Amino acid sequence: MADMTSPRTSMPERDPRLRRRTFEEVSLGYTEEMAVAEANRCLQCKHAPCTAGCPVNVRIPEFIAKIAARDFEGAYQAITQTHGAPAITGRVCPQETQCEAKCVRGIKSEPVAIGRLERFAADWHMAQKPAFALPKLPANYTHVAVVGSGPAGLTCAHDLAQLGYAVTLFESFHTVGGVLVYGIPEFRLPKTIIRRAEADLRSLGVQIKTNTVVGRVVTLDELMEEGYRAIFLSTGAGLPKFMNISGEGLAGVYSANEYLTRVNLMHAWNPDYETPLIKSRSVAVVGGGNVAMDAARCAMRMGADEVHLIYRRSEAEMPARAEEVHHAKEEGIQFHFLSNPVAVTNNGSGHASGLTCVKMELGEADSSGRRTARTLEDSEFTLKVDTVIMALGTSPNPLIRMADPNLNVDRKGCIIVDEQTLHTSREGVYAGGDAVTGAATVILAMGAGKLAAQSIARALETQSD
Amino acid sequence: MARIVTKRRLNPTVTLLEIESPMIAHKAKPGQFVILRVDELGERIPLTIADFDSIRGTVTIMYQSVGLTTKKLDLLESGDTILDLVGPLGNPTEVDHVKRAVVIGGGVGCAIAFPQAKFLYRAGVHVDVIIGFRNKDLVFLEGSFRKNCTNLYITTDDGSYGEKGFVTTKLKELLDAGEQYDLAIAIGPVPMMRFVAETTKPYGLHTLVSLNPVMVDGTGMCGGCRVKVDGTVKFACVDGPDFDGHLVDYDELMTRNAVYRDQETAAAEVHRCRLQALSDAAMMGGARNG
Repeated sequence: MADMTSPRTSMPERDPRLRRRTFEEVSLGYTEEMAVAEANRCLQCKHAPCTAGCPVNVRIPEFIAKIAARDFEGAYQAITQTHGAPAITGRVCPQETQCEAKCVRGIKSEPVAIGRLERFAADWHMAQKPAFALPKLPANYTHVAVVGSGPAGLTCAHDLAQLGYAVTLFESFHTVGGVLVYGIPEFRLPKTIIRRAEADLRSLGVQIKTNTVVGRVVTLDELMEEGYRAIFLSTGAGLPKFMNISGEGLAGVYSANEYLTRVNLMHAWNPDYETPLIKSRSVAVVGGGNVAMDAARCAMRMGADEVHLIYRRSEAEMPARAEEVHHAKEEGIQFHFLSNPVAVTNNGSGHASGLTCVKMELGEADSSGRRTARTLEDSEFTLKVDTVIMALGTSPNPLIRMADPNLNVDRKGCIIVDEQTLHTSREGVYAGGDAVTGAATVILAMGAGKLAAQSIARALETQSD
Repeated sequence: MARIVTKRRLNPTVTLLEIESPMIAHKAKPGQFVILRVDELGERIPLTIADFDSIRGTVTIMYQSVGLTTKKLDLLESGDTILDLVGPLGNPTEVDHVKRAVVIGGGVGCAIAFPQAKFLYRAGVHVDVIIGFRNKDLVFLEGSFRKNCTNLYITTDDGSYGEKGFVTTKLKELLDAGEQYDLAIAIGPVPMMRFVAETTKPYGLHTLVSLNPVMVDGTGMCGGCRVKVDGTVKFACVDGPDFDGHLVDYDELMTRNAVYRDQETAAAEVHRCRLQALSDAAMMGGARNG
């Protein structure tokens, strides 16, 4: 019987004082010894509540048992039975609200560090040379188009290619990866992992067309005419939301999407690149999700003296991953909970000079169980900042639905699909990820990509019978 | 990768590039734009499509060499390639039911006014064109415009060519003389578009302006290109780039467009050595597009 009180094996991390100014990965990953020690904390529960807590039902006890037995490749293979990118999800999944929240070890002490073990297995696999050959069914010469190369598109393309389909992956940017590249920073998800996923796709025979905006340069009808038998739309999140407060149009006010895209995709952090970015001294980031944490931590790394994070509810309600909040605090981000911006002030020449906020208090829970936030009277205060980054969420990308009126969308612009098959209102067209759900997690998008691949394969097999 | 087919200097500061891209050429319509990235280290910049030829499979852009990216573009010659070219982006200009139009171009904006005039004129619309420049040396596309409009008026600030004055002087003169239009299209520097809109407003003449704000992806993701139109936030890449000139918040647009100006100057200084090296390599006939 394992010692039920032993704490989880801690993750080696870069010193916050050193890392807050660099884009090198913060968490360094377990060594083999650490991974085996942590794997031995797993109770191997027969009913596997952790697996039930995972959106794609990774066989968690099975892969952890293999790590404990030092069969690291076996562990990787066990994970990839259900999903193909553990190096990514091991780093970015909110494990504390999913698998680890259900871990029996968590009742008396800390849950097994499932995410860290998942990452370990994936990193171990990637470090092996030569790379393991990817299993693939014989080619069936049926063409499928995948639109958008974020987590949903990457997964769908990968799975369909493995099933023998001739997949073309369309991407509007010059680089594959979608939000994994433009949104999530290098220090949280090194881009070598995405390049590896791209290389895997190419080795599976996936055709990749970057700089190709479906909906503008080619329509869904034209893709069908070209001979694609099915289309998967994984166009991701679109336009950033703003607060509609005064001063939001001033220079120095960014959406988190723009700020992160400049820093990450366009490498503003690397002086060799020509991407312009305001040299901020003091930054306010508005929002409480992972994107807000990423923006704040990027701003710190870009050299800001102070970075403030403004969130209208309390820390307990913050949707960000616990680890990101913890890391952000360690790096010196100043949190202002129960605060809500009311105006961006003007320095007199059209540039932001401060963010005026009011204090909030939490009232009763509403019908959705969320506590409503109320403004406290006479509680106004102004943070002196030269840059404001709005991280308030996004609405789905508008381009596809503008280009194709036959595609049914809901009031918010999310593509409407059959939940079982992810089929849209257009014959042969499927959709998944943020384009359907609105901004959500990487793992949910990957799950949608996987489901779409299965239902596309099923539909095409039936047709060819 | 997109290959440059033709490079031509139109005036001392404006250059034309005809670039091979059959897909974009096939789909492009007046008013749309492309985003390009010259090389791996480069910025993504939006440039309006100045012309397109679906048979040759080419799109034409015209740019003024001001920032680092356009200076780098300037080092390329026909036969060289641009790393990334994406488009057509933005919505085509809406010109349905137009019978009589006046197209106004200012400086490099004339490059973008040209396809508008050409498209309208070839669709049988009466098109008066007013193009304005600082002086005679900067006049370009005169011949192209002449072949693609009903009347062409040229103004220069110093009177060294055409009529002395601004485009708005000529526009007001035409409107006061009783010329009737159902659409004005103004393309040029933001202050010029604003003055055109102010000029047409008392006449109740519907006026479209083509905006070119700061932009990264151009597909409705980054939100950098937001402009305030009639008090609400619009995005030039998916809602524009054409907007009702009488409703645009020009002050906000100008400050937002100027946000990187100091940095561009500094960056141009920092990258001067690199440009020099690229330029030297170009002189030597070496690889220019690394």
